[in-house]
Amino acid sequence: MSPLSRREFVVAGVAAGAGLVIGFYLPRKGQPQESFSPNAYLRITPGNQVTIVVARSEMGQGVRTALPMILAEELEADWRQIEIEQAGASTLFGDQTTGGSASVRTTWDPMRKAGAQAREMLISAAALSWGVPRSACTAELGHIKHTGSGRRLSYGELVSKAAALPIPTDVPLKQSKDYKIVGQRLPRVDSPAKVKGEATFGIDFRLPGMKFAVLSRCPVIGGKVSGFDDKESKRISGVSYMGKIGDSAVAVVADSVWSAMEGRRVLNVTWDEGPNKDLDTAAVTASLKQAASKKGASLFSAGDVAKVSGRKISAEYSLPLMAHAPMEPGNCTAHYQGTKCELWAPTQVPQDCRDSVAPAVGLDPDQVKVNVTLLGGGFGRRLEHDYAVEAALVSKAINAPVKVIWTREDDMRFSTYRPASLHQLSATLDSAGNPAALTHRLIAPSISGQKGQPTPGNVDPDLPDEAGPVYGIPNYSIEYVMTETPVPLGWMRSVYALQAGFALESFMDELAVAAGKDPVEYRLHVLAKDQDLPYFTTTWKTARMRGVLQLAAEKADWSKPLPAGRFRGVACFGCFASYMAEVVEISMENDAPRVHRVVAAVDCGQVINPSILEQQIQGGIVYGLANALRAKITIEKGRIVQGNFDDYAPLRMDETPTVEVYAVTSPESPTGIGEPSVPPVAPALCNAIYAATKKRIRALPILS
Amino acid sequence: MADLTLRVNGSERKVSVSPETPLLWVLRDTLELTGTKFGCGAGLCGACTVHVEGGAVRSCSTPVSQVAGKSITTIEGLSPNGLHVLQQAWLDEEVPQCGYCQTGQIMSAAALLAKTPNPSDDQITQAMNGNLCRCGTYERIRKAIHRAAGGGAGNGGAR
Repeated sequence: MSPLSRREFVVAGVAAGAGLVIGFYLPRKGQPQESFSPNAYLRITPGNQVTIVVARSEMGQGVRTALPMILAEELEADWRQIEIEQAGASTLFGDQTTGGSASVRTTWDPMRKAGAQAREMLISAAALSWGVPRSACTAELGHIKHTGSGRRLSYGELVSKAAALPIPTDVPLKQSKDYKIVGQRLPRVDSPAKVKGEATFGIDFRLPGMKFAVLSRCPVIGGKVSGFDDKESKRISGVSYMGKIGDSAVAVVADSVWSAMEGRRVLNVTWDEGPNKDLDTAAVTASLKQAASKKGASLFSAGDVAKVSGRKISAEYSLPLMAHAPMEPGNCTAHYQGTKCELWAPTQVPQDCRDSVAPAVGLDPDQVKVNVTLLGGGFGRRLEHDYAVEAALVSKAINAPVKVIWTREDDMRFSTYRPASLHQLSATLDSAGNPAALTHRLIAPSISGQKGQPTPGNVDPDLPDEAGPVYGIPNYSIEYVMTETPVPLGWMRSVYALQAGFALESFMDELAVAAGKDPVEYRLHVLAKDQDLPYFTTTWKTARMRGVLQLAAEKADWSKPLPAGRFRGVACFGCFASYMAEVVEISMENDAPRVHRVVAAVDCGQVINPSILEQQIQGGIVYGLANALRAKITIEKGRIVQGNFDDYAPLRMDETPTVEVYAVTSPESPTGIGEPSVPPVAPALCNAIYAATKKRIRALPILS
Repeated sequence: MADLTLRVNGSERKVSVSPETPLLWVLRDTLELTGTKFGCGAGLCGACTVHVEGGAVRSCSTPVSQVAGKSITTIEGLSPNGLHVLQQAWLDEEVPQCGYCQTGQIMSAAALLAKTPNPSDDQITQAMNGNLCRCGTYERIRKAIHRAAGGGAGNGGAR
C-alpha cells in the first residue's frame, strides 16, 4: 500500500490498491504532518478543523447529519466544530451504494470505530505530552483533559503527536447510556443551504463552457433509433449538435436547457419499435397469472402447511407497476477529456456510475472520477446509472462538458419501475380461528435478475431484506415464483416489502374477520409466544413485533371507540431489519377514503436522531399513501402512458394526515428507517376501508 | 431573440433570449439563479415558484416576455441574509428532507403570509396545495407556516 497524502486519498475517488476502510492511512515521521487522519472518515488539522467524510449519498434521509453524529460521538467531538465532506466514488469505504435503508446499519460499526480510534490516539498523544498515564486523561468536547491538573489541549494541538502513533485496532466503544450526540435531535447540517436556495443539487451544478442536452428516446420499451431528420432542430437558436447516443436515443445539445428542449420538440426521429410494440398492461398482468401455477423457491418454511386440517381461507392480491418520481428529474454533468472523464452526479451508486461509464466511453474505471452532488430525492430511481452513461457519451461526442437533463415526462416514461406482482395467500384456521398454517406465494419478476445480477436458488437477492416472516405461525411457508418481463424494473422505496406487506397484512385482517376477532387482538395472539424466526441473515423476533403493535395500538387509543363516521385499520410488518406497526384512521367521502391520522410505532434499535427518524417515517407514510391510493403505471402499445404529475399524482397537502411517530427504546444496534414505514400504510388503509364499508380491496391502487 | 430588461431581486438584468422562453430557464441558465427549481415544466408541482409583483407564479409556465419590467423575486432575494421569518421557521421545524421542492414551498408560503398574515389550516392548504413534495414534508411545512405567522408550533395539522 503506497502512502498517499491526505488530500489525495480524500479527493481522489479511485486510489488503487487501497482496500481497507480502517487503518488505511497512517502518516509517518518525515512526511508533511499537515493533519491527523487515522482513517478515511476523519481528518483533524493543526488549526483544529475536524472534518468527517460521508461516503453515502444525501437524498433527504439525513445521512450527512446522522453518519457524522455516530463518529463524533465516539470521538468526543464538539459537534459545532464539525465540517462535513461528501465522498465521491472511492475504493476506501467499501460499497457506497445508498439504498436498502442500509447507510446507518452498515456504517454504525466502522463509523464508531473510526471515531474511537482517533479518540484513543489523541488521549495517548496528550498523555505523552504531559508525561502522565493515559488513565489520567479524558476526552470531552474536542479536547483532552488531564483530570489531576485540569490542563486541556484541543484536538488540533495534539494532531502532530497523534499522527505519529500506531493506530490501535481494538478500541473500546462507548455505552449507549453515555451518549451525548447519538440520540439527540440535532439540526440537520444540510438544512440552511436548502432553505436559502444555495444547495447544489445535480441539476444546479455548473462548469465553465458547459452545454445542455436532452435526449429523444424510443417511446417503445426496447425500441431503437432507425434514423432522424434534424433540419428543423438546427433552426432553433442555440442548438449546436444532434447525434445518436447508444442504440435508442438521439441527443440534442444546446447552450441552454430551453433551446435543447425546443430542438428536441422539432426533431424528427423514426423508430424501430422492436419486439414490444404491442405490449400492454393486460399482458403484464397475464404473465403473472400464467406463472402462478409454477412451483416457487422457498424463502421461509416452518412445520408443514400441507398437513394441517381445518377451515381453509384463501385470497389473491395484486399490485401494479409504479414509478419513483423524485422531485429532481434525472440529470448528470460530464466532462470527457480523452484520457479521463469526470462526472457530477446526483447518484445513489457512485461506484456503479464509474464502472458503467468507463467501458461506455472506452476508459478504465480509474480514469473516471465521480463526484456526488445532493440528490433531489432518490427513492431508488438513482440506483440506476443511465443518466451518467448518457452524459459521458454526449460529452465524448461533443468534446465539451455537458449536462444531460431529463424532463418530467422523460422521468416518468423512461424510468425503471416497481415490478407488478401477484400474491396467493392461504391459511388453515384452528378451532379458535387462529392460523395454524399460512402460505404466501409471491409472484413477481426479479429486479436484480433482469439486470443480469445473480439470483441464487431463483431467489431475488432483495427478498432476504423484504419478505420475511412476521408471525410465529407453526406451519408457515413463504415462496417466491420468479417471472420475466420486458418492462424495465427498478428498486423503489421498500421494494418487495411493499407488495409482501400489503398482501400479508390485508390477509391477516381477512383472517381476523373470519375468526370474528379484533384485528389487533388477533395479531397479538399470533405474536404472543416469544419466538426467533431466522430468515436469511436476519432473525425476526415476535417479541419486537408485538412491542410495536402494542405501542401503536395504545397510542392510537385502539381500545376506545371512535367518533361517528371515523374508522380505523391496523397493519404491522418488518423489513430492513426494523419492526413497524401503523394504525390508520379514516372517514369515507363519496366512496373514497380521507385519511385523518396515522399512528406509527417503530423498533429500529438505537435511534441516531429522533427528528430525522420522524421525518423518514412521516415521509414514508406520505409516500406509501400515494402508492396505495393512486400510483399506477400502465402500458399501451409498448409505451408508458403516464407522463407528469397530473396522470401520476403524488399526495398533496390536502390529503396528508397527521402522522404520530413513536419509537421503542432499544439497546439493539440501529436498523433501517428509510423504508420500513412504507409497507404497512396500504394494508392498514385498506383494512380501515373494510371496517368502514365491508368492502375488501385486494388490488392496488385503491382509486383506480 | 429579444432583448429584455428584467427586475430580479431588486436589480435590473438585461437578457437576450427568445421571448417565449419560460422565466424558469432564464433565471436558472441565463442569470444563474438556481434556487428556483425545475420539477414538471407544466405548472403542476410548484418547485419553480417565484414572486411576480408579490404574487406566487409558476416560472416554468410563464414566458419571460410576460414579466419584462415587472418586479420578480426569487428565493435568493426573499431576504437580504437568507433568514426570512419563513426560512427561519423552516429551520426551527426541520422541514427539509431532500430539500429540492423547499424553495418553491417557501416562496408560496411567503406569498400567502404577505396577503394573509395569520392563515388558518384551510388557508394554508389552499395556498400550498399546488406545491408537491415527494419526501412528504407537508406536516412540518404547515407547522412552519404557523410558527412564522406567530401562532407558534404545534397547532398545525389538526383536522
